[in-house]
Amino acid sequence: MTVPADLKYAESHEWARLEADGTVSVGITDHAQDRLGDLVFVEAPKVGQTVAKGKECGVVESVKAAADLYAPVSGEVVAVNQELAGNPEKINQDAYAAWMFRVRPSNPAELNALLDAGGYQKVVAADQH
Amino acid sequence: MPFVPHTDDDVRAMLASIGVPHIESLFDEIPQALREAPLTAVPPQLGEMDVMRLMQERAERDGRWLNFIGAGAYEHHIPAAVWQIVTRGEFYSAYTPYQAEASQGTLQVLYEYQSMMASLTGLDAANASLYDGASALAEAILMAVRLHKSSRRVLIPATVHPTYVKVTRTIVSSQDIELIELPYCTEQGVVLPESLQQAGAKPFAALVVAQPNFFGALEQVHALTDWTHAHSALVVGVVNPVALALLAPPGRWGKRGADIAVGEGQPLGVPLANGGPYFGFLACKQAHVRQMPGRIAGRTVDLDGRPGFTLTLQAREQHIRRSKATSNICTNQGLAVTAATIHVALLGAQGLRRVAQACRANLQALLDRLEREAGARRRFAAPAFHEAVIAPGAPAARILERMREQRVLGGLAVGGDYPELDDGILVCATETKTPGDLDRYVAAFIAARGAG
Repeated sequence: MTVPADLKYAESHEWARLEADGTVSVGITDHAQDRLGDLVFVEAPKVGQTVAKGKECGVVESVKAAADLYAPVSGEVVAVNQELAGNPEKINQDAYAAWMFRVRPSNPAELNALLDAGGYQKVVAADQH
Repeated sequence: MPFVPHTDDDVRAMLASIGVPHIESLFDEIPQALREAPLTAVPPQLGEMDVMRLMQERAERDGRWLNFIGAGAYEHHIPAAVWQIVTRGEFYSAYTPYQAEASQGTLQVLYEYQSMMASLTGLDAANASLYDGASALAEAILMAVRLHKSSRRVLIPATVHPTYVKVTRTIVSSQDIELIELPYCTEQGVVLPESLQQAGAKPFAALVVAQPNFFGALEQVHALTDWTHAHSALVVGVVNPVALALLAPPGRWGKRGADIAVGEGQPLGVPLANGGPYFGFLACKQAHVRQMPGRIAGRTVDLDGRPGFTLTLQAREQHIRRSKATSNICTNQGLAVTAATIHVALLGAQGLRRVAQACRANLQALLDRLEREAGARRRFAAPAFHEAVIAPGAPAARILERMREQRVLGGLAVGGDYPELDDGILVCATETKTPGDLDRYVAAFIAARGAG
């Protein structure tokens, strides 16, 4: 499982990337896509919607499960990746390139509270059984 | 997949193989206090011969009736071939289709059934059926509220089947959904779009439109659909599947079509059978498919590229999604929809249309005769399909009681649910009625009313 060093992670298996313009891109990790299996649908939050850190903001659906998406940081959704609507398999192909939505964070300090790559690797290790 | 029973020798061999003395030992973990006591209130068993005789005696007590009651369950002719085919072992005792590799036949029937309902309703997709029309309406309302996302208010005309409304209330009552009743025009017997000003003042998630409605009358579905969509809400149609052979289907209501259509499938090849089992159908637009409750059979290809069928979109069902599932239903009315699919396949589109036309013609003939010969007028002015409310000019209960003495079930008294229609009788005439039957009805009605 790849766990890029330059990203932040939530225990609920989302990754977060601070972009140059101050927005935060969010997706699910390689570990998550592997556990879910072939993804068939992404129900992302809508542009303009307010999301709260740690709260459900969408659903990812695979052939065998439907898992809630949790916002890693709070803020307003400013963009949604339309490519995933027709091609959710892109997440299975490259989880870190397949961003799902972008947030303008209302509290940038929340990013620091997220796990770094090492912290997330521990979560993954505990998750393997 | 054949049923394989065990003989006593098989059981003994299996117990020996796992080292268990008898079957009861396998339940050792269950405390004695929780075990079932003998069922002392159940009478001793009867042999098949005695049961047959008992059932014959009971059936004789039922008598034979000339039935003119509709109100949600309709007497139609079912070709003998339908249940001959349905009772074939492959259909009759097939298990639930969770293992696609062992259920291709069942899944194909479900797929054909779904295709048929989508076609009849003019919508894009249908599920593999729900329990009945009433609970299907409840599911459609839950679905519409999920789809709408902001309002939990649903408008339901008083012309929707009262039992459907009661069932819906029961099912949605703990889910914080408000059902708002809309009044109907007492002259037309339908909801007039002009009367909806106030209803549309606050946001709402959906409007339910029954077509035909409980009074058998035809609503103004196009105007109601456009009005609803103009208010950013969804349209849930409750329709009679036989009537769809003659009427504009929900998918073609208004400019954009209804969003969800449900109804009672019993008229398609399922006998009245003392109230059930029947089946509910639900169809919707493609965009709403992921919120559709119930089982859905899909067509796909296997590992080798060969076409096949499987249950699909299962991640939304309760055995996977649990409390966030689209519904708690995890079954469908497999036997009933098999019968319905065979029934409609045998009739064909033209046959179904002929049935619908005969229903309509018979009702018109009956209503004309009642007006001319008995002075009993129709209560409402809107056009009707195969049932209508008549105003007999005398208490309904008495008329129906006297008609029953002549072995005629004259209709349903609607005053119980609609006090403003206290003498109203909802009478239904399907294709099963002959001119002689109409003679009998009119004569019985006149006698019942004339007896003072």
